[in-house]
Amino acid sequence: MYTQGLDSLGKDCLRDETRDGAALESRFQARVDAEEKIEAKDWMPEAYRRTLIRQISQHAHSEVVGMLPEGNWITRAPSLKRKTILIAKVQDEGGHGAYLYSAAETLGVARAELVDQLLAGKAKYSSIFNYPTPTWADVGAIGWLVDGAAIMNQIPLCRCSYGPYARAMVRICKEESFHQRQGYEIMLTLARGTEAQRAMAQAALDRWWWPSLMMFGPTDTDSKHGAQSMRWKIKRFSNDELRQKFVDTTVPQADYLGLGVPDPELAWDEAAQHYRFGPIDWSEFERVLAGHGPCNRERMEARCKAHEEGRWVREAAAAWAAKRSAVAMQAA
Amino acid sequence: MNKEQDWPLYEIFIRAKSGLDHKHVGSVHATDAAMALEHARDLYTRRQEGVSIWAVRSADIVASDPAESDAFFEPARDKIYRHPTFYDIPDEVKTL
Ligand SMILES: [Fe+2]
Ligand SMILES: [Fe+2]
Repeated sequence: MYTQGLDSLGKDCLRDETRDGAALESRFQARVDAEEKIEAKDWMPEAYRRTLIRQISQHAHSEVVGMLPEGNWITRAPSLKRKTILIAKVQDEGGHGAYLYSAAETLGVARAELVDQLLAGKAKYSSIFNYPTPTWADVGAIGWLVDGAAIMNQIPLCRCSYGPYARAMVRICKEESFHQRQGYEIMLTLARGTEAQRAMAQAALDRWWWPSLMMFGPTDTDSKHGAQSMRWKIKRFSNDELRQKFVDTTVPQADYLGLGVPDPELAWDEAAQHYRFGPIDWSEFERVLAGHGPCNRERMEARCKAHEEGRWVREAAAAWAAKRSAVAMQAA
Repeated sequence: MNKEQDWPLYEIFIRAKSGLDHKHVGSVHATDAAMALEHARDLYTRRQEGVSIWAVRSADIVASDPAESDAFFEPARDKIYRHPTFYDIPDEVKTL
């Protein structure tokens, strides 16, 4: 997912105070503990509903905004093959946004309301998409690292306690593998290319490595509500566990490319069977999340512009449908 | 920014291949049925996941109430004799 544990940064969770609520809540928790799925119309605690709406909508927004950094390269892809692949990939991301808005709506929120929140700058989306894509290698690095980190986050979400979210995630995960592989293949091609191409690949890895690690969200000690999400089985692994898993699988992939991970402290810990890595600059993370990343403003402007420029199409479609149903009514 | 209303919601069901049932996959917003089918095709069958799509206005679906499901499904609960395992048949008797 692209939500990077943002759910944990939101409002505190409330408890139902009535005794009736307490009984319902303990029955709910028992169902969750028994690995039963919660479905849209089932009773659920208000805080569970709110947490899910926030997490799923932030995830949806991230997929949608995530189309922009890569969309930037569609017209300049180096070959027709790469161009068609990139279009398909970006289209998938739009689709992921749609699956997720659809899942969020089952919780009783209107899609238009969620989109309005995004466009008004009131909703969060993953900080990773506020970084620029100055070269073609960035497209490769995004597929390899950003989609790779997303996969790491998303696979456990396929077992999330909320049925509609879990099912959307199954659909998404099936499509993500292509994203990561096409990205790695771009990196591989560049790494085996000329000196300039190899340098371009290395520079992209340098740019995307740390932001990718930040995608997993704050460290466990700073993640306030991670425990509640775990109890509700919305989350299955902590941010740090997933981040470690990502580092462990990705470093050998970088080695294969012959590229260097931009972390002087990175070292294999034989005893622990893990890579140890250096400290993450959380002030950068907070800065980007607060709206001061390299491209926050550009992304929101692009999103708002697309929404406004599509308005006449939506209005025309609605007018056409209204006219047709009026004609049908008359004929009946 | 003036508020826009969502288009009507349609639930989408897809038959993965002939011989299988249609299965619920999610929903789309559309102004009419034809647009619902096109959106569903673009959203849910980008990799040939289906050979047939049903779109149903979400508002037209009638559903049982999960809060009442204990009482609603109660009539079947004590009728275990509807299952083949209810009957004791000696092992010697074959293909029964
Ligand atoms: Fe995605
Ligand atoms: Fe992706």
